[in-house]
Amino acid sequence: MTEPIVRAHALAKHYGALAAVAGIDFEIEPGICFGFLGPNGAGKTTTLRMCMGLSPPDGGRLEIFGLSLPRHGRRVRARMGVVPQADNLDPDFTVEENLRIYGRYFGLRRRILDTRIPALLEFAALAERAHARTEALSGGMKRRLTLARALINDPQLVVLDEPTTGLDPQARHLVWARLEQLRARGTTLLLTTHYMEEAERLCDRLVVMDHGSILDTGTPRELVNRHVEPEVVEIRNAPAHLEGHLLDGGCRIERVGSSLYCYTRRATALIEHLRDQPGLVFLHRPAGLEDVFLRLTGRELRDT
Amino acid sequence: MNALRPPHPRAATLAVWWRNLKVWRRLLGPALAMNFGEPVLYLLGLGYGLGVFIQGMGGMPYLTFLASGIVASSAMTTASFEGMYSVFTRMVPQRTYEAILATPAEVDDIVAGEILWCATKSLVSAAAVLLVAVALGALEPRPGLLAVPAVVLLTGLAFAGPALVISALAPNYDFFNYYMVLVLTPLMILSGVFYPVETLPAAVRALVDFLPLVHAVDLARGLATDQPLDAPLRHVTVLGTYALVGAYLATVLFRRRLIR
Ligand SMILES: Nc1ncnc2c1ncn2[C@@H]1O[C@H](COP(=O)(O)OP(=O)(O)OP(=O)(O)O)[C@@H](O)[C@H]1O
Ligand SMILES: [Mg+2]
Repeated sequence: MTEPIVRAHALAKHYGALAAVAGIDFEIEPGICFGFLGPNGAGKTTTLRMCMGLSPPDGGRLEIFGLSLPRHGRRVRARMGVVPQADNLDPDFTVEENLRIYGRYFGLRRRILDTRIPALLEFAALAERAHARTEALSGGMKRRLTLARALINDPQLVVLDEPTTGLDPQARHLVWARLEQLRARGTTLLLTTHYMEEAERLCDRLVVMDHGSILDTGTPRELVNRHVEPEVVEIRNAPAHLEGHLLDGGCRIERVGSSLYCYTRRATALIEHLRDQPGLVFLHRPAGLEDVFLRLTGRELRDT
Repeated sequence: MNALRPPHPRAATLAVWWRNLKVWRRLLGPALAMNFGEPVLYLLGLGYGLGVFIQGMGGMPYLTFLASGIVASSAMTTASFEGMYSVFTRMVPQRTYEAILATPAEVDDIVAGEILWCATKSLVSAAAVLLVAVALGALEPRPGLLAVPAVVLLTGLAFAGPALVISALAPNYDFFNYYMVLVLTPLMILSGVFYPVETLPAAVRALVDFLPLVHAVDLARGLATDQPLDAPLRHVTVLGTYALVGAYLATVLFRRRLIR
């Protein structure tokens, strides 16, 4: 058994009366991608800030690399890379200069930076843009530059706060490919997201978080098996009489707007019935994290 | 961790300073236009304009009196603007400090680096004033001029800390108007830049003596015109106190704002 690289016990953080993080436990094995999945305001960023030593917890214990936080924040951050939720690249600098000055904050010598920066630009597919002003980059390029910047100190652990929010699908896939590459090299990844596809694709282990608490932990598959039936039939604009029939057929039903979600162990009979209804639009798919997420965190809209 | 502990800046301070230097070099043109343009306007406009009516002041030509005062006041203005507007820009809209804090650099390094940078900019702007003043014949190129940068650096440090304190408290840019109207402009008018403080009412004079600019003006004017300095130790002590107390308060307030 390897020692966990991150260990949190009863970790809590309050802002006034609000429990942004309400006492959570988690451990991260080295070399895996660990995800925090949660809606807006769940406490994901607050948790990451505590991991960086930039937000003193007001309860519990937190250790990274065996060092307790926030006490050893400096030593922890020296071995950690961070991709923040909002871009904070230096707009007055070029792509290359952004990496160089960032290396300075880590106290890295020029000789090391001279070899590391070209490799990172290559990794981030930005070699051609090395001398472009940061402001002139697309959203996807900025995100990749931020990722390259987070790797300037060759970190053992990379923390990413919603790494692909706001990116178009192509840009998102490019970032995912890079993160998979990093994990293949043995770098531990800790990321937050509210994209199910991202969590499903990248994360070896996940916690689902809401209102500052962890609702469940496991591999994506475990979570799906534990919380939802294996098959889902989504029916658009379902007429009212259908609902009764589906219930009789042994489905668990969720209504979201005008759509019905039927969760079931075997959908064959249901599908046959639906085929006979002219004009009905439906989709049959295996259950996924999205269904777990909706089940655990509820369906009401968040606006925080 | 004790939030009131004394500042403990480390090597990353220089990285913060160096970052600012690199940005400044990139925008050198407009920066220097400001540094040189302002003293030219002041000295030509006020110095020659008023100088016609004023025989001399403090035992020297008015242009000389004015130039030696503006050296000190420009150090104040430059450090204060950098410590407010530029620091706030890096802290809030650009999130530069958030990026820096994700590295081993700490709040103490950011504050120390910014204070050093403010003082560095004071040095540049005061050097521009000295060059313009010498070129216009307002100051003679005497050896004493070479000691003026030391005064300017200390003046920059004395005003940088307080400006950062204001930034740490500021909810937005408009907040800086208070400091400008309530502190910087009165200091500029009352601290002997344009006329000798001896003409002020005794009560005002006593008050002004507790504030830093008058001490910077006395030191800069004495050195720039090769006159004997009165009470140099007191001047240095007042400026140094503002620098140290300002740096301490700025560090404590920035910790409070950035580490939540
Ligand atoms: N500095 C702060 N002061 C007061 N409240 C805060 C502060 N930072 C976060 N909060 C509150 O704590 C809660 C958790 O915020 P956090 O940013 O951790 O959520 P999140 O999961 O990252 O959400 P999002 O997906 O929107 O980024 C929210 O209700 C937020 O308003
Ligand atoms: Mg967040």
